[in-house]
Amino acid sequence: MHPAPSVIIFTSLSGLGFGLLFWLGIGYPEVYGMSAFGMFFVAYALAVGGLLASTAHLGNPKNAIHAFSQWRTSWLSREGVASIVTLLVMAVYAIGMIFLGQRFQILGWIGAALSLFTVFTTSMIYAQLKTVPRWNMRLTSVMFLTYAVAGGALLAGQISIAVVLLLVLTLVQFAVWQAGDKRFREAGHTIETATGLGNLGKVRLLEPPHTSPNYLMKEMVFTVGRKHSRKLRMIAGVSLGLLPVILLYALPFNPISAALAVAFHMLGLFAARWLFFAEAEHVVGLYYDKR
Amino acid sequence: MTALPQTTQKKLGLVIDLDICVGCHACVTNCKEWNTSNYGAPLSDVDAYGAEPMGTFLNRIHTYEVKQEGCNAQTVHFPKSCLHCEDAPCVTVCPTGASYKREEDGIVLVNEDRCMGCGLCAWACPYGARELDQLAGVMKKCTLCVDRIYNENLPEEDRIPACVRTCPAGARHFGDFADPESNVSRLTAERGGMELMPEQGTAPVNRYLPPRPKTDIGGENKIDILAPFLEPVVNEETTQDQPGGFLGWLDKALEKI
Ligand code: SF4
Ligand code: SF4
Repeated sequence: MHPAPSVIIFTSLSGLGFGLLFWLGIGYPEVYGMSAFGMFFVAYALAVGGLLASTAHLGNPKNAIHAFSQWRTSWLSREGVASIVTLLVMAVYAIGMIFLGQRFQILGWIGAALSLFTVFTTSMIYAQLKTVPRWNMRLTSVMFLTYAVAGGALLAGQISIAVVLLLVLTLVQFAVWQAGDKRFREAGHTIETATGLGNLGKVRLLEPPHTSPNYLMKEMVFTVGRKHSRKLRMIAGVSLGLLPVILLYALPFNPISAALAVAFHMLGLFAARWLFFAEAEHVVGLYYDKR
Repeated sequence: MTALPQTTQKKLGLVIDLDICVGCHACVTNCKEWNTSNYGAPLSDVDAYGAEPMGTFLNRIHTYEVKQEGCNAQTVHFPKSCLHCEDAPCVTVCPTGASYKREEDGIVLVNEDRCMGCGLCAWACPYGARELDQLAGVMKKCTLCVDRIYNENLPEEDRIPACVRTCPAGARHFGDFADPESNVSRLTAERGGMELMPEQGTAPVNRYLPPRPKTDIGGENKIDILAPFLEPVVNEETTQDQPGGFLGWLDKALEKI
């Protein structure tokens, strides 16, 4: 799949933002006044910024308002509804903590649950697609949720739990790569099942329908850059969790090492998310004899 | 509404005969011609005369080579457009309600006044049947020429999809799969009409008739029906020692001298 910057930014940033909102919702850290304002500002900037980035992907954004209507069937619609509801609930909670010096605990818990649910709906936009076997597994949702909770803990300054979660995240990410690499073969789609010509022999594309790439190929048959995937996996695998953990543990805690830890985590997050799209093979590639 | 109907009264769709298609792209051209000027936004072309032309098409023809070990390869032209799936994943993923499947005839359509161009439906379709128009920014797909088949302003013979109407080889058939006596149901039953990528579980309505196995004159024990007519009239091997006719007489005459 084409690793469009808009979707990479959308899934990465909004995941982090809702992850941070989750921690704020359950009261870690319990902050009031200006420091609460700072925390919520960061969380909203990430969550809303990510959502706005996703609209850059739309061909016809003037109809985007309709996207809230089909929550009964569509995960993308559920994602839209869930994120708006979460942001509203958390806004009331945030007002309490920033201006009233009050923590509406129940509201916080509801908001935290909604934050996780929002991240889950984001993951299901991808995990539901049978056409992309690499994404079409439960682990995809586990991965998105772990990213949000671990990244959120890091941003929330919950160092001791963040360290554990970042290591878990690294394991989950490697498990996803392992499982993902086998998914296309396991799903059993081949050029023979795609064309139905398998009983006549071995099939290969003799002539494509068009001489230059079309929308389908640009969007779904993205094969460039896969050759770098090994290197990128190493970069992502190390900077996601290991480097931040070393920075947080080995050095005496100070703002610079904390900022560096966040920076490394985000570098790993972006690299991994780029791979999430770039390595995903869509079955339509079979018709083009490409994956 | 992007919930799929439980059942549809009709199941309109196409049968495509892979044995007959000659890959001339006439259906592609007529499809583009009809659909660029009727239902919804035109099918735009981008950089049409440049180095990398790109355009929106609702129907495309791939050409495959099929080869069995020890046999000659066989060429199969393979038209591909929306299969109007019964369990259409493209419809249920749509967040705006723009994509829908009609309860009355099973046609899958996009309401462009609601589509926001997110492209998720194109991701959900296994067959590459949906293309986002690069200029209009809305999703385009085969409408089964919904604006022809019920159009009483057209002469009756034209009330079929443009691709079927134009196919010079007669490789495309249009009809109702819900009716077991329809042309398409009978063709499917007689010729073993197949689904594409059935393991995706989309339950496509359109069926493809497999190419008939070709006579392989290259292989062993293969019968070539023309061979007997092309046999040499004079078999040199049996005539070499004792030539008959004039040559035989000459041969004998010369021997006697
Ligand atoms: S062929 Fe693709 S676009 Fe058409 S109904 Fe099936 S899934 Fe949807
Ligand atoms: S591109 Fe349009 S029709 Fe397709 S899923 Fe998005 S809103 Fe629906």
